[in-house]
Amino acid sequence: MLRRSILQLPLAGLVGSLPLSKALAAAGAGTLRIGMTASDIPLTTGQTDQGGEGQRFMGLTLYDALVGWDLSSATKPSVLIPALATSWKVDANDQTKWTFVLRDGVKFHDGSEFDAEAVVWNFDKLLKQDSPQFDPRQSAQGRSRIPSVASYRVVDPKTVEITTKSPDATLPYQLAWILFSSPANWEAQGKSWDAVAQKPSGTGPWKLEHGFRPRERAELTPNKDYWDATRVPKLESLVLIPLPEPNARVAALRSGQVDWIEAPAPDAVPSLQAAGFDIVTNSYPHNWTWHLSRVEGSPWNDIRVRKAANLAVDREGMKSLLGNLMIPAEGFFPPGHPWFGNPSFKLAYDPEAAKKLMTDAGYGPDKRLHTKTVISPSGSGQMLPLPMNELIQQNLADIFIDVEFEVADWNTVINIWRAGAKDPTAKGADAVNYSYFIQDPFSGLIRQVECDLAPPNGTNWGYYCDKEMDALLSQVRTTFDPDEQVKVLQKVHEKYVDDALFLMVAHDVNPRAMSPKVKGFVQAQNWFQDFSPITMA
Amino acid sequence: MLAYAFKRLLHVIPVAFGVSIVCFLLLHIAPGDPLAAILPADATAELQAQMRALYGLDRPLVIQYLLWLLRALHGDLGLSIATGRPVTREILGAMVNSFILAGVATLIGFSLGSLLGFLAGLYRGSWIDRLASSIAMLGVSVPHYWLGIVLVIIFSVELNWLPATGGGTDGSGGRALDWSYLRFLVLPALTMSVIPMGIIARTIRSLVAEVLAQDFVQALAAKGLMPRQILRHVIRNAAPTAISVMGLQLGYLLGGSILIETVFSWPGTGFLLNNAIFTRDLPMLQGTILILALFFVIMNVLVDIVQSAIDPRIQRN
Repeated sequence: MLRRSILQLPLAGLVGSLPLSKALAAAGAGTLRIGMTASDIPLTTGQTDQGGEGQRFMGLTLYDALVGWDLSSATKPSVLIPALATSWKVDANDQTKWTFVLRDGVKFHDGSEFDAEAVVWNFDKLLKQDSPQFDPRQSAQGRSRIPSVASYRVVDPKTVEITTKSPDATLPYQLAWILFSSPANWEAQGKSWDAVAQKPSGTGPWKLEHGFRPRERAELTPNKDYWDATRVPKLESLVLIPLPEPNARVAALRSGQVDWIEAPAPDAVPSLQAAGFDIVTNSYPHNWTWHLSRVEGSPWNDIRVRKAANLAVDREGMKSLLGNLMIPAEGFFPPGHPWFGNPSFKLAYDPEAAKKLMTDAGYGPDKRLHTKTVISPSGSGQMLPLPMNELIQQNLADIFIDVEFEVADWNTVINIWRAGAKDPTAKGADAVNYSYFIQDPFSGLIRQVECDLAPPNGTNWGYYCDKEMDALLSQVRTTFDPDEQVKVLQKVHEKYVDDALFLMVAHDVNPRAMSPKVKGFVQAQNWFQDFSPITMA
Repeated sequence: MLAYAFKRLLHVIPVAFGVSIVCFLLLHIAPGDPLAAILPADATAELQAQMRALYGLDRPLVIQYLLWLLRALHGDLGLSIATGRPVTREILGAMVNSFILAGVATLIGFSLGSLLGFLAGLYRGSWIDRLASSIAMLGVSVPHYWLGIVLVIIFSVELNWLPATGGGTDGSGGRALDWSYLRFLVLPALTMSVIPMGIIARTIRSLVAEVLAQDFVQALAAKGLMPRQILRHVIRNAAPTAISVMGLQLGYLLGGSILIETVFSWPGTGFLLNNAIFTRDLPMLQGTILILALFFVIMNVLVDIVQSAIDPRIQRN
């Protein structure tokens, strides 16, 4: 908080009126330099750390997964596509058994072959603690991404069988996280993951040939032999620079030290645009909510109160507050998402209807509802939580709800969220302001509401439990036809909205600021992006 | 003299021990979980417990402390939870960068501060005093992170003369003593030098003025000594306190400045500490704070020893 507040000086506004030509002078031909929000170079050995940003810059650049994301379109939502596996199918008789057919002719950067043995070796790296290649750091990142995987085996050099603990049609989404490091390279580096970190080898479109300097920079170069010829990078190199401080990122962009920055502060955006920099945004599976407690005694157990709160928030006003860098929530998923469906409850700004609902629920000017919400002053994906929450606080006050904030730093809020609403660390709060990665069925819809995933088994923070919802979630897991599965996911989402399970407020638009010299970038509706088509003018 | 130095060095042991306990315990008392930095937010309780055991965080605090202390005595501060890299190696690498930055900032701050302070003290009440004192006051009053940002706006963004951020390496890992490296150093070093410049100028001003007002100066003048010779006596009398202040300032500078290193993304101990705070990287925090605290303690001892060498009265006391 200290860091954020003291450094949010009017740098952005001051630098805004300065000419762009100076910033362009230092750019190197064919080299794209990106200022990341991460404070360090993400883990390079395979399964990356630093969340979505790590996977974006050091995961899906150096490595591939069996199942990939289609990142080629800015207008269509991303869907799963074949990557290292060309096809997969579930056994009709035993729906826990999946067969993955691997792509022919794929080689790791060190020249060794990608085959079924390498797949099993990599699963052991994450899941089998007594295997020589087991890596606790990669395991910590990867294991929780594949909770369904029970076992796996080589069928033949190009076929792998994966068995799940129970039928789970969301397995391909889970596997889209898992990246494959070269076993031969690990051997060549003395079986040391520390050594591999400086000389990693994956199958991805980029290589890390010259190591990296911790907290300073990493330079990726194209893998000219990449198996997908259409995705061989056009740039000469891609330089990644950790710049966690937002104003430092803006200054680095303006002074020409980098060509692209992640997440410019909203107050810097108008000045950057005025100076000729491009601000690229798009919808992506992210949401900013209040996760409501459904523990006995919580005021949010009353659907009228939940609906009233959802009708009381002035989302358009909030959008103006954020310089238009948000999408007002119409549901738990952004509007237009394939799983959105057709909920009947519309999240309009209607204070009068909200007041009526509150009156029906027994509240009014003389009987106000007092509630407590855990919020953070900053945090990954949290956008600008203080002004956003204060606006909600004002809006709710208009409909007889008085909100008291329990402010904790982001790291602590994560722990409160993990521990659940009943835990003493929540200090009796009835809600927690949390932003979600909602790119796959589990993280998007299942983990928040499934009865069995209440703490400590999972992150159903509010202890919500509904048989009808659980039945729908089971159906998601057992519907193996992708189109049919989408229909079930739509039903789940409709129930989310119609039952007003969350206070649904906003979706981030993943802003990036870049020099107009950056050409060919298509911002997919995804947490991950493809850097292969980019060129520098 | 040697006995005095030895005695002062012996005092370091209990202080260092106390420092180690405080920095270990304080961080454990602080809220937050170091595993949050490496585990996905929705990691299961089982996985969290396994990782806690792996990093020894499930053991009693006393055992954790003793094991950490034992390793630290052998120069091993453990592995960073956030990055997996050895803490000792990380700190040493960062310290080199902080020392370089502090060295240049010291050179600027001490030279300018001494000059301004001396002139102000010598010409007390004159326009020179007022000018020098104003500059010194500005130095201690202006928030240096703000000054850093303003300098970035002027020299990086506006004039495009100097880089806005970074540690001056192009990825080759070298630190050539040429403009391509030094240009990264100019803005953070200038920013960092303003506070010690102001403090030293103000200290020396009052010391010089105070010494000049003493009887022995008048006696020296009455004896017919040249002003230059009198000044030598003044400097010698003012030196012990000035050195003490300079030593403390040097300690502060060498410890790295979280704010300046963060504003400029300078890869020193301050930047390292800042990252470690935000990721709750306990081994990194404990190691960095321990090393910096010890450094500060040793710097104080050295200052004491130098002071006593200049002014034998200190030893006798």
